[in-house]
Amino acid sequence: MSSENKQILTTDGIPLEVSLKKAERKNKIKAFLLVAPLLLFLIITYVFPIGDMLLRSVDDKMVTQMLPKTFKAMEKWDGQELPEEEVFAAFHQDFIKLVEEKREGKLSTQLNYTKNGFKSIIKKLRRASKKFEEGNYKEQIMSVHKRWADVEYWRAIKRRAPEVTSQKYLKAMDMYTNEEGKIVSVDEDRRIHRILWLRTLEIAFFVTVFCFLMAYPIAHLLATLPMKYSNLLMICVLLPFWTSLLVRTASWMILLQQQGIVNDFFVGIGLVADDNRPEMMYNKTGSYVAMTQILLPFMVLPLYSVMKTISPSLMRAGKSLGGTPFIAFWKVYFPLTIPGIGAGCLLVFILAIGYYITPALVGGASGTLISNQIAFHMKSTLDWSFASAMGLMLLTGVLVIYWLYNKIVGIDNIKLG
Amino acid sequence: MALPKYTEPHYRIWHYIYLTICGAVFFFLIAPLFVIFPLSFNAEEFLVFSDGMKRLDPDAFSLRWYEDMIYGTKNPWGLAAKNSFIIAIFATIGSVLLGTVAALGLSSRHMPYKGLIMAVLISPMIVPLIISGVAIFFFMAKAGLAATHTGIVLAHIILGTPFVVITVTATLSGFDHSVTRAAASLGSDPVNTFMKITLPLILPGVISGGLFAFVTSFDEVVVVLFLAGLENTTIPIQMWTGLREQLSPTILAVATCLIILSTLILVTAELLRRRSERLRGINR
Repeated sequence: MSSENKQILTTDGIPLEVSLKKAERKNKIKAFLLVAPLLLFLIITYVFPIGDMLLRSVDDKMVTQMLPKTFKAMEKWDGQELPEEEVFAAFHQDFIKLVEEKREGKLSTQLNYTKNGFKSIIKKLRRASKKFEEGNYKEQIMSVHKRWADVEYWRAIKRRAPEVTSQKYLKAMDMYTNEEGKIVSVDEDRRIHRILWLRTLEIAFFVTVFCFLMAYPIAHLLATLPMKYSNLLMICVLLPFWTSLLVRTASWMILLQQQGIVNDFFVGIGLVADDNRPEMMYNKTGSYVAMTQILLPFMVLPLYSVMKTISPSLMRAGKSLGGTPFIAFWKVYFPLTIPGIGAGCLLVFILAIGYYITPALVGGASGTLISNQIAFHMKSTLDWSFASAMGLMLLTGVLVIYWLYNKIVGIDNIKLG
Repeated sequence: MALPKYTEPHYRIWHYIYLTICGAVFFFLIAPLFVIFPLSFNAEEFLVFSDGMKRLDPDAFSLRWYEDMIYGTKNPWGLAAKNSFIIAIFATIGSVLLGTVAALGLSSRHMPYKGLIMAVLISPMIVPLIISGVAIFFFMAKAGLAATHTGIVLAHIILGTPFVVITVTATLSGFDHSVTRAAASLGSDPVNTFMKITLPLILPGVISGGLFAFVTSFDEVVVVLFLAGLENTTIPIQMWTGLREQLSPTILAVATCLIILSTLILVTAELLRRRSERLRGINR
């Protein structure tokens, strides 16, 4: 509306456009105020703590704060030859202070992460430092142990100077920064994390495939059967969906044990010998079977809701135009179900990739996933920054899939039950 | 799904193969649940069907594991059940309040940044539980709420709200806003309109969201494992500990009770869903 035209005024003399905009803004604020409590609650208790994980995963202030004078003196050191007396003197000052505060143990643990062999020489240094004389600390420290005269160890200390580190992320990929500052992989036989990541992807992928192969026929049956039968069969899908995860895992533990019913059945039909019952639990098989059954409803429900909207006359039309039932299915029905397939597969994959409880109970050593490793470092080794780093790597992967899901399906279209 | 008479034989065979596959998948889905039921009445301590059970000998069955569950000495299940119910009830109330109000705002067509905000509100459902567990643990530890009921309730509100937001938004998507305008034009203030008009209409969605939140909290074990101290033990934690250490028939007795509970919840949720669809005039 241009200003030359006569403006339409409301009864109280304000231009209509302004008045409408004001009302619009008021409505926007009203709507936002309704969402605000939950949004604020989630931001404080959930979004910020995830940010906190990010800070923890790169945080390396501990050593920086324990050896402030040393790192200051080391700034000028090029790392080629042994450092000058100045650095040794500063290190001595820092170290005496740490001993007074009884924190030298923490320093040795931290430095040992960077290079093996610090534990014993720090213990020796603590004992020797009580008898140190004033001046010429370089000589005195170097005489404590030959490793103190090794430039490698001083380089290792210098590497801990920055306040942030990417070491935890490298460690999660089985890599580390070596003495020359290059990023290299650990020895072949110690690459446990890569195996875990690959296994997580592999199990999530195959569980998704199995779920799809099993869910498609039954979703089709549910969608095409008359209401009174399909409602009954739907209970078979919904009851496991509503039942506790632990109960379902427990039932698999009973079924798959060596004296369990599945093994009894195999022995009964003569597939395996009674004294040679296969181990079906505490390995990958256990994870596969239990996870597939537990996640199956999450595949069936989206497929069903899409198939329900496909008119049966389309298949009839396909057939009447000369297609065999298979061609009619493949060219007409299947393409129409693709949105459901996308939704179901992404949902199952997202859930499978972060699975923790079931693999921990039935997966044994060869069926555990990256989540189990995160829990292990949270609860047993207490290396929380490492757990955070792995958690965030997993989260990044999941968020990419979530974003895809949003693009393809739209989060507003998630249906439950 | 009877086949027409003119169906050719090889399609007939395919059809029966298809039905067999479907039957097998349904069996795979539902059968594991029914293993627990008879074994929980086992008179012996082993988790296999004894010869007596196979012969349906009455002596092979007993209620001893149910007695052990309720009266057993040093038994954790009583405390665990109490905690589980208290936590789940408060978490459900919190989730329903926060989630319903947020869903009302989200369904308004004036809501700015709807997609982004929805993504944040739903995220606790999508982010793997282990990551949520770590993040929430860091927060609760800082706030001094680790190993308290309050901390666990707050954590479960976080995990439960997405379900309420989704179900209530879905109910509101078929909501006829002219009824609230009619109420307003008749002089009703917004709060009164909500209580008298909107809430009764969206109630099925709110209750089914609440059921989801309840089940989420009642079943949740990953986050509780990080947060709970000895005093805050819940049924899932006890089951987890039991399953890790030794699978005892008492756990199966508990599991049977949980299956009965989930059946009740399933029936309620289904009835509500049908009622809600009838109210909204959707006939599927």
